[in-house]
Amino acid sequence: MIVQTTERLRPNADEVVRLDDVKRHYLVGDETVRALDGVSFSIRKGSYWAIMGPSGSGKSTMLNILGCLDRPSEGAYWLNGVNVAEMDDNELSDHRLRNLGFVFQSFHLIPQLTVSENIEVPMLYLGLSQAERKQRAEALAERVGMSHRLRHLPSELSGGQRQRVAVARALANDPAVLLADEPTGNLDSATSVQIMALFHELYEQGKTVILVTHEPDIAAYAKASIVLKDGRVLSLTEGQP
Amino acid sequence: MNRISFFWPFIKLGLTDVWRHKTRSFLTMLGMVFGVGSVIAMLAVGEGASQQALESIKRLGSENIMVMSVKPSEDEGGSSGAQRGRLAVYGLLYEDEERIRATVPGVVLTVPARMTRRTARVGERQLEMRMVETVPDWFSVVQRPLLAGRVLTEHDMQMRANVCVLTEHGVRRLLAAEEITGQRIRIASGVFEVVGIVKNETGGTVRAPDSEADGYIPITTGTRLFGEANIRYSAGGMEGEKVELSQVIVKMRDTASVEPASKAIEAVLARFHKKKDFRIDVPLTLLREAERTKRTYNIVLGAIAGISLLVGGIGIMNIMLASVTERTKEIGIRRAIGARRSRIVVQFLINTCVLSIGGGLVGLLLGVSIPLLITAFSGMPTVVQPYSLILAFGISVGIGIVFGLYPAMRAAALDPIEALRHE
Repeated sequence: MIVQTTERLRPNADEVVRLDDVKRHYLVGDETVRALDGVSFSIRKGSYWAIMGPSGSGKSTMLNILGCLDRPSEGAYWLNGVNVAEMDDNELSDHRLRNLGFVFQSFHLIPQLTVSENIEVPMLYLGLSQAERKQRAEALAERVGMSHRLRHLPSELSGGQRQRVAVARALANDPAVLLADEPTGNLDSATSVQIMALFHELYEQGKTVILVTHEPDIAAYAKASIVLKDGRVLSLTEGQP
Repeated sequence: MNRISFFWPFIKLGLTDVWRHKTRSFLTMLGMVFGVGSVIAMLAVGEGASQQALESIKRLGSENIMVMSVKPSEDEGGSSGAQRGRLAVYGLLYEDEERIRATVPGVVLTVPARMTRRTARVGERQLEMRMVETVPDWFSVVQRPLLAGRVLTEHDMQMRANVCVLTEHGVRRLLAAEEITGQRIRIASGVFEVVGIVKNETGGTVRAPDSEADGYIPITTGTRLFGEANIRYSAGGMEGEKVELSQVIVKMRDTASVEPASKAIEAVLARFHKKKDFRIDVPLTLLREAERTKRTYNIVLGAIAGISLLVGGIGIMNIMLASVTERTKEIGIRRAIGARRSRIVVQFLINTCVLSIGGGLVGLLLGVSIPLLITAFSGMPTVVQPYSLILAFGISVGIGIVFGLYPAMRAAALDPIEALRHE
């Protein structure tokens, strides 16, 4: 019976992300906080989604779970065909390394490393040789329009440039899902447009992009959206213009 | 190859980190610098001292036994001893030498010698000369490299020839001529021809019986010319001693028979000497003692060095803990990207090792130069052994790993979500 259930739940080949009744409860003092309270949805390969919601809606928890930084308390989260809920810390790390690319609001580049070295970090953990890393970092920098700044330190770059480098780093492992957390939150509107254009470009090239944001303007770039409220899915819109 | 390619970025990161916090890193490294420096310097000084001791003992010959005459203490026995104006008679006799040779198994040679002081004259100059009156075999038992001419021969012995072999030291005191062999010097009542020069033993913690001698003459000549009494005039009277032999060196067949033989000699002599007027020195025993002393010395030095390294290691651990806090965000980023905890541990261990090895290398330079300075200024021999360099490196890596482990584990234990949020 149980085997059958699991079989039934196993995602289709084109479902790169699938959540089945995911719950995440924290114990704060004596009180149980239901950050996520039964969320189910699936994301097809090559689609462009926005996850929205006001603060306290469970957005951050959703991000952590989607990003394999946290595990659901209950339910199943399938990323690229593997259930993350059953993984230990090392497996989670490996899963992040192979399947996820993060883009953060405050860029999160390593300040001591040059642009090229920052892009190489995931490849280092993947065990690529120095020559491969170098070559690939150059190609990625080219792709995000940063090949003229390879030897610079993050502190020598503008916000938009840093975010481009962060995108290049997120692509370094050729991830199944590109997960962006408020990617324009620290950028001015002109730069935001450029960065969003970059995400759009990646989407057109076939990447699966998930955008977590509270700004409707930014969410509008995505092709589908989920709105969370109080740990539940409030609305789910596919095929948004 | 792939391993190196993985580690290198972290080594580089460690180096950049050290460079970014130059003052902090320097101060942190000081502990290691002094720790490693003192380990190497102390080992070098200890090794120098013990090698010197071992060498001088070895030169006495590990298969030799030294039997020496000693003046019995005043209160022992009814001897009228060295009372003023009296002649003190004590010590080893030719008979003793023969008894040893006849009764102790495994004896190859016995070499009798008499250490005396005589007044020597060269031209107008007059000085006291320390003499060894002995037999030619002396030179086959105690190694004295020949610098010029020849040593004593059996022929000299039979002829009771007035010939004399000088030591370098003796030459320096007595003669200034360029051609030394063939020169004549007057010693007490005899005129001696200098036939050879031998090298002195210099320094050393264990003295050879002839370490300060100026020259050697055949013992037969000594007996013929001077007799066996040594009379010294001092304020208030004169003191005299009659010592037939100051010393007998017994050469054994091999080192294994040395220790039983020394007991046998003790027994033989004790039967004929009522007073304890002899002493037996066994270089082999001295050698063992020296080695034991060296071991003790090394343990003490090791403990001191260990404490300084411990302090150095704690300093490094302290800085690494601060570094982990400083780099919390970086740790979060790396974890988010997909670094396993173990990778974070490795990164911080490498970082700690960069610090400790850096300190170790500077310490190495310090540890190698201090012995050089000691030797240059005090003349004390020091030996920096190659293994101590490997030891220094090993210690540095060891300290890095031992004291880096806790900060590294702390870094790896951070929750990635929390770490990313850290400002």
